[in-house]
Amino acid sequence: MDNAATTAVSPAVLEKMLPYFTECYGNASSIHGTGRDARRALEESRRKVADVLGAKPQEIYFTSGGSESDNWAIKGTAFANRKKGNHIITSSIEHHAVLHTCQWLEKQGFEVTYLPVDEFGQVDPAAVEAAITDKTILISIMAANNEIGTLQPIREIAQIAKAHKVLFHTDAVQAVGAIPVNVKEIGCDMLSLSAHKFHGPKGVGVLYIKQGTRIDTFMHGGAQERGKRATTENIPGIVGLAEAITLATENLEEKSARIAALRDQLIDGLTALPYVRLNGHRTNRLPNNCNVSVRFVEGEALLLRLDLEGIAASSGSACTSGSLDPSHVLLAIGLPHEIAHGSLRLSLSDTTTQADVDHVLKVLPGIIETLRAMSPLYTDFMEAQK
Amino acid sequence: MYSEKVFDHFSNPRNVGEIENADGVGTVGNAKCGDIMRMYLKVDDGVITDVKFKTFGCGAAIATSSMATEMIKGKTLKEALTLTNAAVAEALDGLPPVKMHCSLLAEEAVKAAVEDYMKKHPEAVI
Repeated sequence: MDNAATTAVSPAVLEKMLPYFTECYGNASSIHGTGRDARRALEESRRKVADVLGAKPQEIYFTSGGSESDNWAIKGTAFANRKKGNHIITSSIEHHAVLHTCQWLEKQGFEVTYLPVDEFGQVDPAAVEAAITDKTILISIMAANNEIGTLQPIREIAQIAKAHKVLFHTDAVQAVGAIPVNVKEIGCDMLSLSAHKFHGPKGVGVLYIKQGTRIDTFMHGGAQERGKRATTENIPGIVGLAEAITLATENLEEKSARIAALRDQLIDGLTALPYVRLNGHRTNRLPNNCNVSVRFVEGEALLLRLDLEGIAASSGSACTSGSLDPSHVLLAIGLPHEIAHGSLRLSLSDTTTQADVDHVLKVLPGIIETLRAMSPLYTDFMEAQK
Repeated sequence: MYSEKVFDHFSNPRNVGEIENADGVGTVGNAKCGDIMRMYLKVDDGVITDVKFKTFGCGAAIATSSMATEMIKGKTLKEALTLTNAAVAEALDGLPPVKMHCSLLAEEAVKAAVEDYMKKHPEAVI
């Protein structure tokens, strides 16, 4: 139930990867046979990914993951377009790979607008347009939020960006494999994705860069990735990513309908409990995301109790983030601190079963009851209700 | 990240609950930071004869509350006041560094409950 954090590599993906660790271990830059085999696997993988995303193979750049893709997209275009302007627009609920990159750029003299979101976590396209100035060079808005699952109006934002001749990047790390993602239909200039979110291996991702986009090289060195990103290619990882994205997007509609039905059971079952609210939008959300706030209890305590029952989940509570503040996403949708501390994210995948959902719905009410019974907040609240 | 003892006190917390007409009650922490601890004391002739707690907080907050109540039960008020957060953490076989503030909260909760008792019983000498 923590598939938004990461997923297991599927056996079919692993099988495709294995030969590239041993038999076909070649360096794709080598001229000899093993090198050529590696090169073929690399370019075949690039074609597969391009096909799935509706891109050209030469627009697919392999990276080390979602965070690198986000870093590259933002820093690479910021510096390459600095003569044109120094203003970037993003939202307050982006992943830290985007937010911390933008904050770092602010120290380098860039100006960043962090747009607020509504109570469901949606960015308003009109606010994006209103924030554009003659100095704006980049807009970066995620396709789907990683914590609360809210889908963003990225097509509308892409159109706005295009009309104002501003580059548009979208972090689609949570979206790819969960909903259809096609770069032409979205109309974005750059898109980030990560293999381990859809049963691929960790340590490999993609940055889609539309042909003609002005962007600096991220990793300097050899001529790999059309000279844009040095380092000997991670062939096993790249092969795994290509296989995983192909498998994940096969019969996607059918698969996400099944997962969404399970998600709805979770949402309905949990929000039927007293003082439990849904975070994010009820329908305009990822099919695999359920995020609730359980009042009067703290998130980490919920996670530990769930773990004892064999259920892995995640929380936006401060205790799990390692800082004093709860999740920036939950605060951005207007939750007070104490309610944000009691958040719980359950994220499903292709391998989630009806029995898994039944198990959560069976044990969670008891866990909540136990923790509330020892919560002074709950005691005081019930006293005040009398 | 947590020791077995922390897990034990988190999963089976000792002395959870309230004491009706408690002789001293102390509440520390705030919901904004994600931790609130409340301790209830029953005191007889300067000795803590019963102690209960209620805590809103993470695993470490619950475990330190539970351990602190065990450590002061049957002790004199004077002894209870000498309880340190380090002693609570040590009794739990240690806490992760980011969770040390939970043990501090437990120490403060005990002190707040004793202070409340002293306020209500100004004649008491410890």
